[in-house]
Amino acid sequence: MTFLILAVMTLAGAITAMTLRRLVHCVLALAICFVGLAGLYLYLGAQFAGLVQMLVYVGAVVILIVFAILLTRSHEAPPQKKWTGLAGVCVSAAVFAVLAWAVIAGGAIQGIAGGQPQATMQQIGSALMGRFVLPLEVVGLLLTAALIGAVVIAMEEKQSAR
Amino acid sequence: MTQALDQIFVTLKHWAVAYFPAVLQPAVSILLSIAAVLVIFPTLFAVTTILERKGLARIQNRYGPNRVGPFGWLQPLADAVKSLTKEDIVPRSADKLVHFAAPLLLVVTAFLEYAVIPIGRNMVVADMDAGVLFFFAVSAAMELSIFMAGWSSRNKYSLLGAMRAVAQMISYEAPLILSSVAVAMTAGSLSTVTIVERQAGYSGIWPHWYVLTPWGLAGFVLFMVAATAESNRSPFDLPEGESEIIAGYFTEYSGFKFALFFLGEYLGMFAISGMAITLFLGGWSAPFSFLTWVPSWFWFFAKLLTLIAVFIWVRGTLPRLRMDQLMSFAWKFMLPMTLMVIFSAGLWRFLPGGVLRWVICAVPIAGLYVLLSSCMAESRRIQKRTYKFAE
Repeated sequence: MTFLILAVMTLAGAITAMTLRRLVHCVLALAICFVGLAGLYLYLGAQFAGLVQMLVYVGAVVILIVFAILLTRSHEAPPQKKWTGLAGVCVSAAVFAVLAWAVIAGGAIQGIAGGQPQATMQQIGSALMGRFVLPLEVVGLLLTAALIGAVVIAMEEKQSAR
Repeated sequence: MTQALDQIFVTLKHWAVAYFPAVLQPAVSILLSIAAVLVIFPTLFAVTTILERKGLARIQNRYGPNRVGPFGWLQPLADAVKSLTKEDIVPRSADKLVHFAAPLLLVVTAFLEYAVIPIGRNMVVADMDAGVLFFFAVSAAMELSIFMAGWSSRNKYSLLGAMRAVAQMISYEAPLILSSVAVAMTAGSLSTVTIVERQAGYSGIWPHWYVLTPWGLAGFVLFMVAATAESNRSPFDLPEGESEIIAGYFTEYSGFKFALFFLGEYLGMFAISGMAITLFLGGWSAPFSFLTWVPSWFWFFAKLLTLIAVFIWVRGTLPRLRMDQLMSFAWKFMLPMTLMVIFSAGLWRFLPGGVLRWVICAVPIAGLYVLLSSCMAESRRIQKRTYKFAE
């Protein structure tokens, strides 16, 4: 029952994000979709993933998209050809088919033998600091590079605007 | 006896829940906790509005509202009647749905934040494993509602106010969360109940609150400054300053929706003060070991009222910060200070106790403070005036 509500919320958010006319409304619908995803993570018992999904996606990514839309306003949408919708549906159906085949063939649906896996904060913390410390540091480096890159690009624009 | 008084609300709740059949009991228990939060904090909001107006007035050498009731104490009732009966004007070109949903989302997320704040011993609505993370995740959703409010009003000033407010809130989220990382690191858990329990011991008469350590004191000050900015309160209230931008993102709201915005903002302020109390001031624990006979919920509300008084005091005293000053303060001053607080908290954990530990942990923070403030003061030296666009 809970799963049904969360799934409907996620799908409804995603579908309205694609079909609404004004971009900002689409972004808000996308925010609802992200909240639905966070709910699904929480329903599965992954507290950290669910809460970080809220914090990062709803709190930062949606706001980033909104700022990007507002600061780079395009006044009219380009004219669409007739077969664009049909092409979109075919491509998404193909992607879904590939993903479904990968999940089913990979055997993840069989069910886990020892019951639900526990992912408490303690275990995530010790995994991040123990087994996955190198990926953690590399991701930190990547984010720093992205931040510096953004600042450099913005600074260059300010120089060229003079 | 003191134990009974301390747990009186828990006992009352168990007694009330026992009247229902066993199937309904968990739901009724949750509903009663939620009802308690829904009753206490809006009442505190009403009391705070009058306290704030009278406090600000006295700081400004005038009386506050003193017509309604004895010394003006029934003013919140008059405000409530006014906001309920005012005409609800929605601009014709406004986005109806988003305009309606923005104050709702704000109030809902503001109330959600109270789920993880322990108000007394055994008195928390939801003991989550990652309570601190939940709190910050929900306050990130609050920013979205402010943007929705500013965007849907189709008003230049609202949009500008909303963009400023969102930029400010995102910038100050970084020092806010990093200060709480130092606490989570020392307590070894992200659960608010565990963090308070770790601070509930005493050495002699002194409590083990984190604010009584050098990194805790610096972290507490940084957290409070970031909390003032997160709640868009003076001196960080440029997005909603009355003399700057009319009312910023809630210009186009009138009547009950305006009251809901006010409610949401003040509730956010109480929630973040509650989180500061939980993380740094020891939650519901008494300040001295000989005062533990006073109930735990009394201490929580005493600390909360003290922090509210400090917020009101700061509002009445300091001038407003300009947007660029605000942003440079967040990124160039507070963020490096919070990183040093985390470093100092790590040092504190591994050094043996005593005066030396205090000195060794305080020196990096004080040194960085002196360095950063001299850097920021230098950049403000008077220079020849340059015009950005008129060259």
